[in-house]
Amino acid sequence: MHMNRREFLQLLAVAAASGMALDSKSALAGKAPSNFYDVPRHGNVSFLHFTDCHAQLLPIWFREPNVNLGVGDAVGKPPHLVGQNLLKRYGIKPGSAEAHAFTYLDFTEAAKVYGKVGGFAHLKTLVDKLRAQRPGALLLDGGDTWQGSATSLWTNAQDMVDAGIALGVNVMTPHWEATFGADRVMEIVNKDFKQANIDFIAQNVVTNDFGDQVFKPYVMKDMNGVKVAIIGQAFPYTPIANPRYMVPDWSFGIRDDSMQKWVDEARAKGAQAVVVLSHNGMDVDLKMASRVTGIDAIFGGHTHDGVPQPVEIKNAKGVTLVTNAGSNGKFLGVMDFEVKGTRVVSYKYRLLPVFSNLLPADPGMEALIKKARAPYEKKLNEKLAVSDDFLYRRGNFNGTWDQLLVDALMAVKGADAAFSPGFRWGTTLLPGEDITMERLMDQTAITYPQTTLTNMTGETIKSIMEDVCDNLFNADPYYQQGGDMVRVGGIEYTVSPNQTIGKRIADMRINGKPVDAHKTYKVAGWAPVGEGVSGEPVWDVVASYLRDKKVIKGLKLNEPKIVGVGKSNPGIADYSGVLA
Amino acid sequence: MNALRRNVLKGAAGAGTVAVAVAAGLLRPTQALADVPRSAFEAKNVGDALKNMGASGLVDSKDITIKAPDIAENGAVVPVEVTSGIAGTTAIAILAEKNPTPLLADFGLMGGAAGYISTRIKMSQTSLVRAVVTAGGKSYTAAKEVKVTIGGCGG
Repeated sequence: MHMNRREFLQLLAVAAASGMALDSKSALAGKAPSNFYDVPRHGNVSFLHFTDCHAQLLPIWFREPNVNLGVGDAVGKPPHLVGQNLLKRYGIKPGSAEAHAFTYLDFTEAAKVYGKVGGFAHLKTLVDKLRAQRPGALLLDGGDTWQGSATSLWTNAQDMVDAGIALGVNVMTPHWEATFGADRVMEIVNKDFKQANIDFIAQNVVTNDFGDQVFKPYVMKDMNGVKVAIIGQAFPYTPIANPRYMVPDWSFGIRDDSMQKWVDEARAKGAQAVVVLSHNGMDVDLKMASRVTGIDAIFGGHTHDGVPQPVEIKNAKGVTLVTNAGSNGKFLGVMDFEVKGTRVVSYKYRLLPVFSNLLPADPGMEALIKKARAPYEKKLNEKLAVSDDFLYRRGNFNGTWDQLLVDALMAVKGADAAFSPGFRWGTTLLPGEDITMERLMDQTAITYPQTTLTNMTGETIKSIMEDVCDNLFNADPYYQQGGDMVRVGGIEYTVSPNQTIGKRIADMRINGKPVDAHKTYKVAGWAPVGEGVSGEPVWDVVASYLRDKKVIKGLKLNEPKIVGVGKSNPGIADYSGVLA
Repeated sequence: MNALRRNVLKGAAGAGTVAVAVAAGLLRPTQALADVPRSAFEAKNVGDALKNMGASGLVDSKDITIKAPDIAENGAVVPVEVTSGIAGTTAIAILAEKNPTPLLADFGLMGGAAGYISTRIKMSQTSLVRAVVTAGGKSYTAAKEVKVTIGGCGG
């Protein structure tokens, strides 16, 4: 299976010339070893972990970023490694199946060879296979499970709740779940999850008035005679990054002092291993691991970093492992502990890519998904346009999918500029594929989809960009919110990530002319976090644009000039903008 | 969640509980105001506020703990707790340095009360939240940054 890039491209050329279907199982079978998913059990305690699947029930494409910059102490360290730098750091062979899973390299060619990733029916097969070897293993769902697809939005998250139960989830913690509203969350927790015996945990969600826990902070489980505690950590900035009004009575925050309290309590009650199921984002988890003691591992998500091996963080009393398990159903983390007495004496970790061609679909899950989709198939499959371009979202500054969204917003709304949130979810589309309503909803399916057109002064535009940029590049991880930079249409700019707020954004231009601080511009946007905003849903705006265009080609990716991060920064490669 | 406690308090009217607390001597607003002149609360910058409240020669202290969010969920109601481990603490003041009038509160602690206050403050923008503790006639201080952001755009 291992080959260099040149051999790889040769194989593709031969395959294409002979008319072989590159997406076929036979093509893949020749490249991936038959024992790809043979993961021998280690020790006596096992956790399976997936996170941020963003409601993708079927196999999809998902391109990892080529820009994922670290700042402060995080420069050049996991997870801020892209492309070849990531392969080198983890000893992954270029051109291999793993290289395709963990990087953007040769994405469109490699995708045709290795096929789609994820899909709950395939994930179910993998989970069951690993569980069969690991009696008592717990399946942890790190959240962002209920949001991200058309069907999860249209079923009010019910399709994902049912799929999570069928998958065999044991413990879950939330982020985007909260955007279905506090009442809906509590309904699912107290009804569906209670019946299915799923623990929904979050130590850092308390009531605004008295500071009472909203959910169980942690659960204790017996695994093969070993007492383990799992502590939940919801996304700390849910009421800031998402609408406050959806969870008006709940307060979040990082709360590492109370995290320490719960770790200590669990240990005092006899926990021999303590793990955290976290939606902090990886940089926040790394900092928390250095401050809170007594945690064996933090299973992290939110920042969508597919990190092949845990980062070992030393703190005052020991070592905490920090993992991050990617997104979109693409990976399943497998952590095996050998626990003796009250200590984890050794561990083995694998972050397994879920290649749908290598894992037969579980018939039960496949039937469940089919049934959930049936009422919507026609709507989902509506062909809006064809894309000659390669459409992806992930990356610190922009993606072609987002470029398409801001282009559509500017055109339909008659705006000078447009903003699109720096979301990290959203599937990838290969050149030549149809843009269906389903693929458009992958980028836009949220419960606050209103579009807006606002008159803003140049000064306001800058202050918004500075504010969001600080949420991404504040040197202190506890001030980072885990999203990417707001996508900007119509405005060229220069960014200095290592600067401080107010000094990162410079040389803003609209149509080549400097943005005037006092002049008013028409700015289109979507996903307002304030209450009571009305406006046409973003998918309707973009769908009308796509139906009109019919073919998408020649998208011009607006990426800022980046200053001060160094030309050999391992968090950036193949940058299409200017790297000064 | 203690729904019963919440309903009882709602039913009994929240204002009533505050009145009870004042009557029991837990809060002494008039006393506190008497200690710090109105001019301190009206001062437009930190320097003037400190000067007008008579806090000179501030000493940074690690015995003061400020508990406040790193990023405010709502700038209009930011929960702040200050704990002073300094013996003989008689007053705790809170300032949001970039507010139009930075001095927000000054609590007088009488008769050996624990050096602890918990309240909510309003913040106009990202700023240091500063606590000034008076003990034995001296003034001690600590500060923590609380960010006020426009929100949105989360991953």
